[in-house]
Amino acid sequence: MEKHSAALDAAEAGGTQLITVTFRIRRFNPEEHPDPVWVDYQLEMDPKERVLDALNKIKWEQDGTLTYRRSCAHGICGSDAMRINGRNRLACKTLIKDVDPEKPITIEAIKGLTVLKDLVVDMDPFFQAYKDVMPFLITKGNEPTRERLQSAEDRERFDDTTKCILCAACTSSCPVFWNDGQYFGPAAIVNAHRFIFDSRDEGAEQRLEILNDREGVWRCRTTFNCSEACPRGIEVTKAIQEVKRALVTRRF
Amino acid sequence: MQIHQYDTVIVGAGGAGMRAAIESTQRSRTAVLTKLYPTRSHTGAAQGGMCAALANVEEDNWEWHTFDTVKGGDYLVDQDAAEIMCKEAIDAVLDLEKMGLPFSRTEQGRIDQRRFGGHSRNHGEAPVRRSCYAADRTGHMILQTLFQNCVKHGVEFFNEFYVLDLLINEGKTAGVVAYELATGEIHVFQAKSVVFASGGTGKMFKVSSNAHTLTGDGQAVAYRRGLPLEDMEFFQFHPTGIWRMGILLTEGARGEGGILRNKDGERFMERYAPVMKDLASRDVCSRAIYTEIREGRGCGPDGDHVYLDLTHLPPEQLDAKLPDITEFARTYLGIEPYTDPIPIQPTAHYAMGGIPTNVEGEVLRNNTDIVPGLYAAGEVACVSVHGANRLGTNSLLDINVFGKRAGIAAADYANANEFVELPENPERLVQDMVDQLRESTGTESVGQIRKELQETMDANAMVYRTGATLKQAVEDIAALRARFKNVSIQDKGFRYNTDLLEAIELGNLLDLAEVLAVSALAREESRGGHYREDFPTRDDVKFMQHTMAYQEVAADGSTSIRLDYKPVVTTRYQPMERKY
Repeated sequence: MEKHSAALDAAEAGGTQLITVTFRIRRFNPEEHPDPVWVDYQLEMDPKERVLDALNKIKWEQDGTLTYRRSCAHGICGSDAMRINGRNRLACKTLIKDVDPEKPITIEAIKGLTVLKDLVVDMDPFFQAYKDVMPFLITKGNEPTRERLQSAEDRERFDDTTKCILCAACTSSCPVFWNDGQYFGPAAIVNAHRFIFDSRDEGAEQRLEILNDREGVWRCRTTFNCSEACPRGIEVTKAIQEVKRALVTRRF
Repeated sequence: MQIHQYDTVIVGAGGAGMRAAIESTQRSRTAVLTKLYPTRSHTGAAQGGMCAALANVEEDNWEWHTFDTVKGGDYLVDQDAAEIMCKEAIDAVLDLEKMGLPFSRTEQGRIDQRRFGGHSRNHGEAPVRRSCYAADRTGHMILQTLFQNCVKHGVEFFNEFYVLDLLINEGKTAGVVAYELATGEIHVFQAKSVVFASGGTGKMFKVSSNAHTLTGDGQAVAYRRGLPLEDMEFFQFHPTGIWRMGILLTEGARGEGGILRNKDGERFMERYAPVMKDLASRDVCSRAIYTEIREGRGCGPDGDHVYLDLTHLPPEQLDAKLPDITEFARTYLGIEPYTDPIPIQPTAHYAMGGIPTNVEGEVLRNNTDIVPGLYAAGEVACVSVHGANRLGTNSLLDINVFGKRAGIAAADYANANEFVELPENPERLVQDMVDQLRESTGTESVGQIRKELQETMDANAMVYRTGATLKQAVEDIAALRARFKNVSIQDKGFRYNTDLLEAIELGNLLDLAEVLAVSALAREESRGGHYREDFPTRDDVKFMQHTMAYQEVAADGSTSIRLDYKPVVTTRYQPMERKY
């Protein structure tokens, strides 16, 4: 490897430059106090580390009562969606250097779902909306002995929406959802899209009827918050638009 | 305390647990108890694929797959089990497709297949395209598809319920005890059959591809109840974790043509594995990487890593086949894998060992007898289809084949048997454990002990081991276990007390790390993922047998480990020298 890019040199640089970062976290524990409170934590971090690394460091070294969900720590499991500097992100996919560590970094629970403790919210309504769109392959007739055939083009048709990790970053960034918890929300529509546009599926009519409901796709105001929030880069608003169009044209 | 009654209880909602639940829910009243919301499980992090000899793109058959699995496991594989797995692999993939899994497709619209480490045509002739995949998020698609089908079948989940004890009465399964994270309440689940599917133990190492939640909970619960743990010394280190972070970069990257290079740009695997090269088995590749590093051919200012080079592959191929891992390189390293090689190092990945089972998923309490009503499947279990080293993709296969088998067997057992009476005060052990931690005024911290555990494991029980390093690990772990008795937590509450949860998880890791180190110290040979520099060759005379580790409790409450051994089942393949 004769020639290295500056980016590779930076990635491989030995030693770490620690900086002092302030995390301003919205704490809430109804066992202790009925109201939430902002608490500042100062710590030494390598700016190339993740926000989740900082939360872990706080929990493990300063304050064991800090409570949040986390698991895979690399953006696949969807446990740690939270509002970081006012924007929905996964703490494990956000590097400290990318959220202006010169100033205090604010961390709070995602909006629109009941906060149970600190950054932990009640996910049950979110998963209920998901279940309500019948998120599974619906087919009629006998099953083939081998696999169902699907062209690469047909497979590509719904590729984007298969990436969803159900982290709720999109749904909890949606102003319609904040005001109306009955709205299915972007994530449920994304998962309906994943099946409506799957050439093997025969349940599109049923799903479209569900989404034609007054709390369905028509509530979407196309603010694009969901697309911006998606840590998997799914074009959420586009998927919702495609579902709306399918409802009008009955073609999918 | 609450008491519930179900025919079948499944512990864990990753791939194995949900695959079992889909079967058992259709046959018996089933509850799934899971520490995490099901879609958070680490099956979702698997990337490269699931092998099955579909022969969609080139000639293949399940017998070749079986041979590769046995050879990959360095002949410690139980060959009857491997044969079942590789035969049933074909239906397992087709089942998933019919459930809706969006596999990547060939031009003819069939499930596409690609190359993977250790999978070969005709007993090692050349790499074969056997891995069925969905881009580089196959595990994600399996987890989502299984969850979708659980929704379809109305599987009853108890989310964020953490199982802390197994109830056995007069030798038979009576149920489990769980701690509800949201409230701190203890729940006893009486059940006719119980399936453990709670995953691996990879958080005992520092550089690890494993989720924070993979703390060997099922293994530790069974072990504390006197059941053996099999082959715990065999731990897989995946060759390509992101340097220092350990985040997995799939072997599928090398299946697509990626190359491992040292600081001189040399494709060094040609020296270690002339036929399979970069697609040699994982243990071989990981040792090769560390050999390069030790001999001064590592990359970077400290020479402590090597490169995974994808720069010669067309960007379109990377976008279509490896979108997630290329994004990881961009997100976490700030480099562009179209043009930059990716700094990597081996990362702790997979426990080959676990709770011993037979091919029906029934848990063994010794070399021959089962615990009626108790089952295990997936990484928590040791069937043993992976032997001393698991082949890439065979874990996704394992969870599907043996998850299904365990789910059916557990439901059938429940339907044919009555409830076993609960022991007196069934919650006592858990209640004591929780109370003690909550009330402790000790001075030790969970974070510090866990850090030291991970450091000693990385230093002393990783890819290269010796008697001396393993003795060091045993001593360190013993000291940490003693300190753990004096651990205290800051959160004394009942609501979402993750401080308490992490303390219990650490206790599990300490128990299992000790079993690993003690088992490894006793195995004076090198086989698969267990490499002893002081015993560098395989010793089939003394050690072609499975380790069975039992916890012995003395009258004063102190514990020790007793090791026993169990014969390997050999059917078709006699051990040969292992070359790639």
